[in-house]
Amino acid sequence: MNDLSSIDAVQDLLGDQGYICGRALGTVVFLALRLGRPLFLEGEAGVGKTEIAKALAAGLGRKLIRLQCYEGLDASSAVYEWNFPAQMIAIRAAEAAGTVQADNLTQDLFSDRYLIERPLLEAMRPDEQGAPILLIDELDRTDAPFEAFLLEALSDFQVTIPEIGTIKAPEPPIVILTSNRTREVHDALKRRCLYHWVDYPDFTREMEILKARAPEASEALSREVVAFVQHLRTEDLFKKPGVAETIDWAKCLLALDVINLSPEVIADTLGAVLKYQDDIAKLHGSEAKRILDQAKASLEPA
Amino acid sequence: MVEHIPLELPEDPKLAGNITHFARALRRAGLPIGPGRVIDAIRAVEAAGVGNKRDFYWTLHACFVNRPEHRRIFAQLFRLYWRDPRYLEHMMAAMLPAIRGVQEERPAKPAEKRAAEALLDGAEAPPRDEEVHSSEEETLIEVDASLTMSSAERLRSLDFEQMSLAEMAEAKRMLARLALPVKPLLSRRGLAAPRGRIDAARTLRQALRRGGEIGGLALKKPRPRYPNLVVLCDISGSMSQYSRVILHFLHAVSNARGAGWAKVHAFTFGTRLTNITRHLATRDVDAALAAAGSEAQDWEGGTRIGASIEAFNRDWSRRVMGQGAVVLLITDGLDRDAPENLARHMQRLHLSARRVIWLNPLLRWDGFAPKAAGIRAMLPHVDSFRAGHSIASLEELAAVITRPDDMGEKTRLMAALRQS
Repeated sequence: MNDLSSIDAVQDLLGDQGYICGRALGTVVFLALRLGRPLFLEGEAGVGKTEIAKALAAGLGRKLIRLQCYEGLDASSAVYEWNFPAQMIAIRAAEAAGTVQADNLTQDLFSDRYLIERPLLEAMRPDEQGAPILLIDELDRTDAPFEAFLLEALSDFQVTIPEIGTIKAPEPPIVILTSNRTREVHDALKRRCLYHWVDYPDFTREMEILKARAPEASEALSREVVAFVQHLRTEDLFKKPGVAETIDWAKCLLALDVINLSPEVIADTLGAVLKYQDDIAKLHGSEAKRILDQAKASLEPA
Repeated sequence: MVEHIPLELPEDPKLAGNITHFARALRRAGLPIGPGRVIDAIRAVEAAGVGNKRDFYWTLHACFVNRPEHRRIFAQLFRLYWRDPRYLEHMMAAMLPAIRGVQEERPAKPAEKRAAEALLDGAEAPPRDEEVHSSEEETLIEVDASLTMSSAERLRSLDFEQMSLAEMAEAKRMLARLALPVKPLLSRRGLAAPRGRIDAARTLRQALRRGGEIGGLALKKPRPRYPNLVVLCDISGSMSQYSRVILHFLHAVSNARGAGWAKVHAFTFGTRLTNITRHLATRDVDAALAAAGSEAQDWEGGTRIGASIEAFNRDWSRRVMGQGAVVLLITDGLDRDAPENLARHMQRLHLSARRVIWLNPLLRWDGFAPKAAGIRAMLPHVDSFRAGHSIASLEELAAVITRPDDMGEKTRLMAALRQS
């Protein structure tokens, strides 16, 4: 079992999994683990909110259970569902055998055997590797009623099934919620969580991330890529590129055997960094060259 | 592994007390912090230790902040509360904006004034001296202003980045009344409901999952559909008195929950068109307007309405006007360009929108007549023409915005247009 007695230990643990996190994020993760509180992460798309759950699961050797939220998500796809066809077969089989005893049959039909567990219920079950990590991804996509439902699950770590009773987690799972903030999540839910806004990393941290995620890229190219993306974020764009875009772009450039960034190369591969037509159009021609020159100039003294 | 710390105060009761006071200061600055959060914070500090100031910062941050726009207030308060050496100097700068020298050297950051006031608790900032020359002009114009205008007027003359707590609350109260309610459109799509018509498709789908056995009837009601709101706001020199208030209003409309609008798209124009939708999504009004202000390059410059509407029709119309959007056009109609071009693009805008409503602050004068070429060109191509100079007129707008038969002052002015 990993020792997680300090913030440094958490940072090292995530670092070993290729997830470079700042002190701020490390502190919040540490607190979430120590206090057993759900962790609520918000931030722009592509800053590594989902990745942290994966890294944590891999680092701690726990099972990762992911609940991807979408509009119209309901209890039957999030918590549990009865396996109706199997129950019907069981009834018919019992009828055919002629050994129907109503009480036993009912008890048998509504037992774990015919219960289909969905992520939330699965996360409440004990696991031999320790409590699983429950990732509730893109919470802002669900509707408000589901949020209210999560309140019970997250504050008491229990789920109620009318036919069986209340199932309580023997050891509360480590819960990580993420949101892209397309809408505001209700305060009642946020209040039960530790909150952290995941920001874009600074130059040194992004270099470390790139080194961990695309180690085959040369130092010179990585520096240019990161400097360019960092400058791009200061520009007035509709959607700023995230860290995921930086990594993607570095991999694209590697696949093209690029050694140095040039305006032509940027124009050819810009689609990996910018995802809006207006942004791409803005960067065509001299604008890309200007930012590249700025980026290179900022690298000079280093 | 995960162990719950028993609820005990740390060895040092002074620290717990300090954290509680800090939480109270944050609460006064507008962060929603209940006692439960304070207990959490004390437990968290105990778990993480207080050896390192940065860790301490992030520990409290994790417990007290739960919205991105609160981060800045938290940072300012943290620095002020846990005594920074330059504490006094910043406090002075934040509290004495009237002293020009201090203000110009280091303009108070947004949120700093709020942080400082929350700490001082009730110690009022010295009243700002209103700019005298501008108020002289005001008295000339504001002959027919209603009572509500006085507070609106004061807010307007204030630097919108640096409203104090009290003024912010006042503005919020006023703007909260100004949400634009909208009625849903009729739609043929269904939505699951406890009562209503039978949803045959869903009933069958549920039956199929149960091996063909119908467990119950699924019901549906018509799904309400809401139109988009597109706001085009003139921020040129002739509109500068209004555009800032209007932007506050836009912020309130874009952030109003449950007001209806599917999406609110906001654009500003002077000499060129700027999309400020994403900036308005920031819930902190200071930050949102600061971001919008830095984005729009042409504050108080000239006006090119025709070119701006052409740009809108070309670049944005098809993306944001789908399925019958309502367009709110806020401009005085004083255009520098040729009216033919303007008329053509207004017509295009009118044809692609469900409704075009023109708010014109000039209309508050009774003697207003459509004399300017720009106004004459635009007037035939709007559905409704209304004044937009006061809280009261915006309230009227809210009452009629979804009434399809509302024409505002258009009829009267069209008659005047034909006579002249």
